[in-house]
Amino acid sequence: MVTYNRMVVGELEDAEVDRLFHALADGTRRDILHRCIDGEPSVSRLAGLYPMSFAAVQKHVAVLERAGLVAKRRQGREQLVHTDADAVARARGILDELEVAWRGRVERMSELLP
Amino acid sequence: MSVVSVEKDYEGLSIELVAEFDAPVEAVWQLWADPRKLERWWGPPTWPATVLDHELTVGGAVSYSMTGPDGQTSRGWWRVTAVEPPRALEFTDGYADLDGTPLAQSPTTDVTVRLSEQDGRTRMRLRFAFESGDHMQRVEQLGAFDVFPQSVAQMDAVLATDPDQEVP
Repeated sequence: MVTYNRMVVGELEDAEVDRLFHALADGTRRDILHRCIDGEPSVSRLAGLYPMSFAAVQKHVAVLERAGLVAKRRQGREQLVHTDADAVARARGILDELEVAWRGRVERMSELLP
Repeated sequence: MSVVSVEKDYEGLSIELVAEFDAPVEAVWQLWADPRKLERWWGPPTWPATVLDHELTVGGAVSYSMTGPDGQTSRGWWRVTAVEPPRALEFTDGYADLDGTPLAQSPTTDVTVRLSEQDGRTRMRLRFAFESGDHMQRVEQLGAFDVFPQSVAQMDAVLATDPDQEVP
């Protein structure tokens, strides 16, 4: 795997950023994340919400988990999913950093104009 | 001046930014259309950019290289999806590895630029959104393309100066 650097996100490791972006760049996963902010649904309850297989939903949860956005805990036969507030804040931070990067770009564009 | 408004959609992972410049639309367009001008604002002072390819046609590729404060190299590409000088530009922006191959596992951003002029001033509307869906699929849809015609010798030189780079 080639590692590379990204100028918009200074504080996070590239691999961590990749996992976060990858996890968030999908509508279903964003929806799952949203539901796990408000409550702590089980994987099987989540699976009932989307027109896809249980395995597919489980995969989405696994991607979110690898990105550190959610964590699972076992309760009886169920696996409950909850968000990691810090990770969600970091993900938001990425968008904030992108904003800062583009504000910088606009400033430099302005300086180049006659 | 410059940035008029910024709206962020944390759920949809998108940002809309409006800026105003005290310059005619053609001058602002040239900041995008002239690679020598583009490279003067694309990278921050700590990450200066060099634009390598610059083909502003639908399906065309723009490629750039950026050098960080410790000598690290970051490579990126655009795939142009719409262009209408001097008012509209749309492209997908993504990261590439050292030989210019788009990174399948890396996020891409869809950028939409709209320019309009009124009374000699130009308003620039920018929207950038992280793509949804599978990255690998996305890159495949964009098509395999080599945006960095670069020799092995050059790659070796880059690798030699960058201890952070790991190659499989």
